[in-house]
Amino acid sequence: MLILECPYCGIMADETELTPGGEAHLKRATVGSTDDAFESYLFDRKNPKGVHFERWRHSAGCGKWFHAARSTTTLEVYGTYAAQVSEPPKELVAKIKKKCPGWEGWQ
Amino acid sequence: MRRYSAFAIAREGLRYHTGWERAWASPEPKKRYDAIVVGAGGHGLATAYYLGKNHGIKNVAVIEKGWLGGGNTGRNTTIIRSNYLQDPSAAIYEKARSLYETMSQDLNMNVMFSPRGVIMLAQTHHEVRGYQRTAHANALQGVATEWIGPQRVKELVPIIRLDGPRYPVLGGLWQPRGGTARHDAVAWAYARACSAMGMDIIQNCAVTGIETEDGAVKAVNTTKGRIETAKLALVVAGHSSELAGMAGFRLPIESVALQALVSEPIKPAMDVVVMANTVHGYMSQSDKGEMVIGGGTDGFNNYTQRGSFHHVEETVRALVETFPMLSRLKMMRQWGGIVDMTGDRSPILSKTPVGGIYVNAGWGTGGFKSIPGSGWAMAELVAKDAPGPLAAAFGLDRFREGRFIDESVAAGVAH
Repeated sequence: MLILECPYCGIMADETELTPGGEAHLKRATVGSTDDAFESYLFDRKNPKGVHFERWRHSAGCGKWFHAARSTTTLEVYGTYAAQVSEPPKELVAKIKKKCPGWEGWQ
Repeated sequence: MRRYSAFAIAREGLRYHTGWERAWASPEPKKRYDAIVVGAGGHGLATAYYLGKNHGIKNVAVIEKGWLGGGNTGRNTTIIRSNYLQDPSAAIYEKARSLYETMSQDLNMNVMFSPRGVIMLAQTHHEVRGYQRTAHANALQGVATEWIGPQRVKELVPIIRLDGPRYPVLGGLWQPRGGTARHDAVAWAYARACSAMGMDIIQNCAVTGIETEDGAVKAVNTTKGRIETAKLALVVAGHSSELAGMAGFRLPIESVALQALVSEPIKPAMDVVVMANTVHGYMSQSDKGEMVIGGGTDGFNNYTQRGSFHHVEETVRALVETFPMLSRLKMMRQWGGIVDMTGDRSPILSKTPVGGIYVNAGWGTGGFKSIPGSGWAMAELVAKDAPGPLAAAFGLDRFREGRFIDESVAAGVAH
């Protein structure tokens, strides 16, 4: 059972309280973008075997979206952070780098 | 390859079974092959088999990181059906189902195909309309299915409860020619047939890199050395994104865990396959007597082959309402497999941005039933460098063009 800390209400929320929202920090394609950019934004995913940044919603709690960094191979949760950012916090990236020396970085 | 037959059993019985040979060889890789298939699961082995049988390409290696048939081929609930709504899906799944009918004879190995029939229960009015529509579509596609009422469901499945308070049974979509097969035997039978054609099946050999030159594949690097090839078929289900990454492109795929469980063995209680898509549960009874139960997928990316327990709880809770006799059964084992989910929940059989690399992936929760059809279509794609009629609609270009194959029944569960 996955347990994530909601960065807004501070609750350690059980996965049944949460709704997964897929890969985080996608660059939105918009008016004037190429077909390639739209295709990539809408469908192509990193789907990494390892560190994954993703969106979650505390749907049966405060209802807010937030971000989580998690391992898809061990299910370890590295941390959660607010939704209003376009990239993960530097401290979190540094913490993950320290834990996983072989990791190629979040981009 | 020495053929299996009743005479072979008699012969070996008379000499203490000393004459059985290994079903397939385990050679070291050669320096070069005409085609390499990565992934010795059902789909990969079927691809290799039809490359040899249908297209005469026999200088083929099938490379497998673990052991043959050790991934999702050995982790599914063995259901075979083809009652899909959309034409491209109905075509490829019906091809697969029809190939299952003659697979034991074709491959000279008993895959225990059991066309016992599959019912998809309609438990909401929305489902009633949906399945009636599917039955009409299937009639046009030449797939034998019919809409049946609750009483007929009860005749086919005496242990079912029709008037559950939350999920009453309002009827069902009945495919009498669907059923189950022995999943391991399917992989073994294809492997044996491939080996007999002179193909190399190389187990415990992980791909570590893919070499390209001028936009085309040149070789794969593996834990058993570098192997050159002009054609590379990636048939690795949950790990497709990883291999695509090695070749330098991304796929519209996310890997998630799908779970199943089996009960303790009991006497024969149900001789058809029952699927209940509203409650994300499906069930059949194995030849050993276990009730084999499939559950839902998790919503988050996962490579661990372990799913979340609450899905098991939800599935069992709902099935107990529809099958009250299950409430006293102990569940013996539970397991998860990593399935490759695409944006439209339909598979990908496609050329890729790299020349000579082909991808067969995205079967998601519906892989086992499609193995022969998938291999048939993939072999044609690899041999001709162009998709045939079965694979044409399943190209990667459909995502760019918005030409999805939108299956209402493929909602991430219940295959």
